[in-house]
Amino acid sequence: MTPLLAASPSITALTAAELRELLRRREVSAADAWQAYMSRAAALDPALRAFLEIAGDTPEVPGAPWETHPLLGGVPFALKDNICARGLFCTCGSRILEGFRPPYDATVTVRLREAGAMLMGKTNMDEFAMGSSCEHSGYFATANPWALDRVPGGSSGGAAAAVAADMTAFALGSDTGGSVRQPASFCGIVGLKPTYGLVSRYGLVAFASSLDQIGPLTKDVTDCALVLSAIAGHDPMDSTSARVAGEDYTRYLVPDIKGMRLGVPREYMGEGIEPGVRAAVERAVAGLNGMGAEVEECSLPHTEYGVATYYIIAPAEASSNLARYDGVRYGHRAGGARAGATTGAMTGAGAGTGAGGDLDLAAMYERTRSEGFGAEVRRRIMIGTYVLSAGYYDAYYLKAQKARTLVKQDFENVFARFDALVTPTAPTVAFPIGAKTADPLQMYLNDVFTIPVNMAGLPGISIPCGLSEGLPVGLQLIGPHMGEPTLLRLAYAYETASGIRHPRPAAVNAAVAAAEAIRAAGGVGGVAK
Amino acid sequence: MPAVSAAQVRHVAALARLSWDERSAPKLVGELNEILAYISKLSELDTADVPPTSHALDLRDNVLREDEPRKGLAQAEALADAPDSEAGMFRVPRVVGGQ
Amino acid sequence: MTAYEPVIGLEVHVELKTATKIFCSCSTDFGAPPNTQVCPICLGMPGVLPVLNRRVVEYALRAALALGCEVEPASQFARKNYFYPDLPKGYQITQYERSYAYRGHLDIEADGTSRRVGITRINIEEEAAKSFHGTRGPGGAGESYAPPRPSPDSPESAAGGGDEGEGYSLVDFNRGGVPLIEIVSEPDLRSPEEARAYLIKLRNLLLYTGISDCKMQEGSLRCDANVSLRPVGQEQLGNLVELKNMNSFRSVVRGLEYEIKRQTAVLEGGGRVARETRGWDEGRGATFSMRSKEQSDDYRYFPEPDLVLLRVDQAWLDRVGAEMPALPEARLRRMTQEQGLSEYMAGVIGADPLMAAFFDECVKLQGAGAGAGGGEGAAGVGGAITPAALANWITGDLARLANAEGVEFDALPVGPEHLVDLLRLVDAGRISGKMAKNLLEECWRAGQAGEAGQAGQAGQVGKAEQSGKDRPVAPLPSAIARGKGLEQVSDEGEVARIVASVLSGNGEAVASYHAGKDKALGFLVGQVMKASRGRANPALVNRLVREALGARS
Ligand SMILES: [Zn+2]
Repeated sequence: MTPLLAASPSITALTAAELRELLRRREVSAADAWQAYMSRAAALDPALRAFLEIAGDTPEVPGAPWETHPLLGGVPFALKDNICARGLFCTCGSRILEGFRPPYDATVTVRLREAGAMLMGKTNMDEFAMGSSCEHSGYFATANPWALDRVPGGSSGGAAAAVAADMTAFALGSDTGGSVRQPASFCGIVGLKPTYGLVSRYGLVAFASSLDQIGPLTKDVTDCALVLSAIAGHDPMDSTSARVAGEDYTRYLVPDIKGMRLGVPREYMGEGIEPGVRAAVERAVAGLNGMGAEVEECSLPHTEYGVATYYIIAPAEASSNLARYDGVRYGHRAGGARAGATTGAMTGAGAGTGAGGDLDLAAMYERTRSEGFGAEVRRRIMIGTYVLSAGYYDAYYLKAQKARTLVKQDFENVFARFDALVTPTAPTVAFPIGAKTADPLQMYLNDVFTIPVNMAGLPGISIPCGLSEGLPVGLQLIGPHMGEPTLLRLAYAYETASGIRHPRPAAVNAAVAAAEAIRAAGGVGGVAK
Repeated sequence: MPAVSAAQVRHVAALARLSWDERSAPKLVGELNEILAYISKLSELDTADVPPTSHALDLRDNVLREDEPRKGLAQAEALADAPDSEAGMFRVPRVVGGQ
Repeated sequence: MTAYEPVIGLEVHVELKTATKIFCSCSTDFGAPPNTQVCPICLGMPGVLPVLNRRVVEYALRAALALGCEVEPASQFARKNYFYPDLPKGYQITQYERSYAYRGHLDIEADGTSRRVGITRINIEEEAAKSFHGTRGPGGAGESYAPPRPSPDSPESAAGGGDEGEGYSLVDFNRGGVPLIEIVSEPDLRSPEEARAYLIKLRNLLLYTGISDCKMQEGSLRCDANVSLRPVGQEQLGNLVELKNMNSFRSVVRGLEYEIKRQTAVLEGGGRVARETRGWDEGRGATFSMRSKEQSDDYRYFPEPDLVLLRVDQAWLDRVGAEMPALPEARLRRMTQEQGLSEYMAGVIGADPLMAAFFDECVKLQGAGAGAGGGEGAAGVGGAITPAALANWITGDLARLANAEGVEFDALPVGPEHLVDLLRLVDAGRISGKMAKNLLEECWRAGQAGEAGQAGQAGQVGKAEQSGKDRPVAPLPSAIARGKGLEQVSDEGEVARIVASVLSGNGEAVASYHAGKDKALGFLVGQVMKASRGRANPALVNRLVREALGARS
């Protein structure tokens, strides 16, 4: 391993598949790869703040079996901070889990380690995956590598920024209403939300259990297929895991889509889409048509109810999933360990301090949860609790479950005629930091095109399809249940034909140049947190 | 659907074990009402004959585990992240009054 | 004055004795150090998921079959949301809108009549953990603990009973996640006695299915009651009171009796019975208000998204039915045909599975001891204690003592080993039947005293963990007999010496015997017994007196 190589961006510029090929030919070692990515992550993170934690030393010694595993041996990766890995913190971007180290691995973590991948660290996210900009992290906001004053999208914003900026070879995120696809779109990379049940949720900290799904964020479509091959397949630890074996998804990477029937839902191309986004998507659709696909307009009539349905079901499940953060077994507890001293002047709802000045149980709960959760999480817990409460269940929760059926049926209807649907991933490109934080509803509406896919449990992939105002635009491809092969083939064909593959943000290149200049001048590089 | 009152929001906060802060309450009530007004859009839909969906996938088979014990965590591991513990147990303030 | 009729329905929670918990692979064994039978799943750590235990379903199906329920082809788990330190996820996984079994029944006999009680539904759910409540002593740390709250599934119950207010609780998750079924009856019961009969019949039936230990004292069977009064003849139900904290069959009866009296007084005084949850205070012998219905928690039930529907087809149900252990009829046959019990005695034992288990254990012990230790001191005597003799003692003296004290056969202060030991003494001729009766009672008292002493020493925390097997702490009857010199004298030389001395001091009686007065024989035997302070073996005395007199036969 030469220091020169470590500092060079050349290894980090490679995709996972390309790196794997060099490792196979023994032109680089796994230690080289690890060093190169760690150096680059350390150099860039002060500017991007993509990571919540970067692992210390090389996790394994060179020459170990992981170096030779054909799938991902020796490839460094990162996990969104709501996916558990033994030995690393798992905060979900929340103060309430500050300092929590799970004594277990998520199933995906186990599978990636078995496939030889090397875990670099945990990436920033909107707290408990509730947000579309990474601004709702309990720790700090992450910047978009394409424009440091813009959001990377969310909630898997840290993961998307890290991959886009070549700080890691690939990452896993989670997608409940678009949290993999939308940040992939904003950062110009590939993000897949698999069919619900294809990837185990064991060890993914739950936001909305019936919608959550782990998915890869990668530099290109080939890497997406590679990572999916490593993580997909039945897991007996997850009752909602589909009874399908994992397979080699790279065999679907065929650049031929002649005769494929593609639908363009008109509800996804209407008002509210930025003109630049619309133009890029229309160009892409024309391109697919030119490649021999049959493209036709179609309709998903209940699209406009998707966001409302989602903002009942997801908070309802979340209000229950987040009840376990109570200061009893792990994580933050108000008032310190013994909850002894009376501090602050918080007014509890019917709770307070005991006669001796100690926090009683009710007060400990309320203060722990109010201190530990950020405003957006508290807001969603409130909505979720309300829609499930006595007297409102039927009007909100049950109604939303029925609306969900309608959204699902919309897709079933069109997939009788089409192999896949083509839409924008988000109505906008990455927006400026702070632009939507004051208006929760506006933030929610950014997920209008991704949410229905989760409601129906379908696979959806976002791939870059050009720029608008110098920022990446994402093209979303939606498939039927277990339609990953179709999506990967389509995405690969488009990527190949368009030549749009891992576009490099100029801002990052500038940042790298600056970092290297500093290093060359003998100064310190970035320091891993 | 009618707007929620501050009293209702306070009740919901108590159910969710979140503190109720009188000063920031009006803003919270306002935000919740805006969101509830938006999600009430669903009342436009006729769902009389529509069955509810609670799972994205129609999972037809049982998922069951055999009744075979496996080693779990050691006591020290179980308590490793506990804010407070004593005598091998998690220690919490005592519940007061009938909540 | 209006006559009121009580209307009672029971909710019974039964812990299933599977090897592992309902949603994880942790052991359910009793007695382990705190928080050593836990894992990320039953500790409710972030990101973990439940997977249902197959045997839980099969045990639950046994209960449904035994109670004649209709089993649903598809049922659903739901989350019941509330906060409590013993509920690690902040919700309990249970069944709500779609239970797995409905519409069963149980026939009971009470007050000389037979009555069919409807079973509304049965749910499968998970147990809460155990909290130990401490009070802050002068030293700061609480070294005394109150017993764990009796109904872990009911979050409110800990609040009642006159809290000290301050202090802290310690939580052990070893029992958290143990499987439960909740059996909800129709409001078909009309008296506390019927409630008791229902509970005992239910307990016995479940014991036979082999799915639970059903020990009320240890909490593996728990009972809440809904009770209301209405004027006789009125169809509509009165205001319902939910009664909790009843930890034995007796406290269910006492709690209901008290509550019926209380409600009658309220109604007769022209008042209205408040709809509320009340707790039974065993110490004060009264119920107390825990919370009103208006304050009732809003549990925000919704379908559990981490679990799929539970589907049970006829083939599975048939398989479970075929695997069920023998129900009472088969046992009765064995007792009468193979073990030589009378129909009556078999009926008495067969009706009470706990008594039957005690009997089985005695038979087993007796069989095991006959070869090895059975000969000890039992000179020349066969060691053949028949099952019928055991049954005689069990249904006789032991049952009488148990009834008088209101304890069940799995919680007697004496165990099967005591009874077998006692009968061996009798069989070996070392004590008389009459002495045996007294010795049994003495043994019983010693066992009770030992239990109290043990509880006092170990403290109540320890007692909660105490398993049933350790219970009989009484010394064995043979040890008591030895210690008190109660043992029968069967040594021929010793008895012969007493006989000789008695005969020489009672020349008159000897003469009258020889003069043909047979009655004198009885007198002489009596005198020998008296001289031995009742310890001489009567049969031996009889023979030796006869021999010494040159007895005519
Ligand atoms: Zn466990």
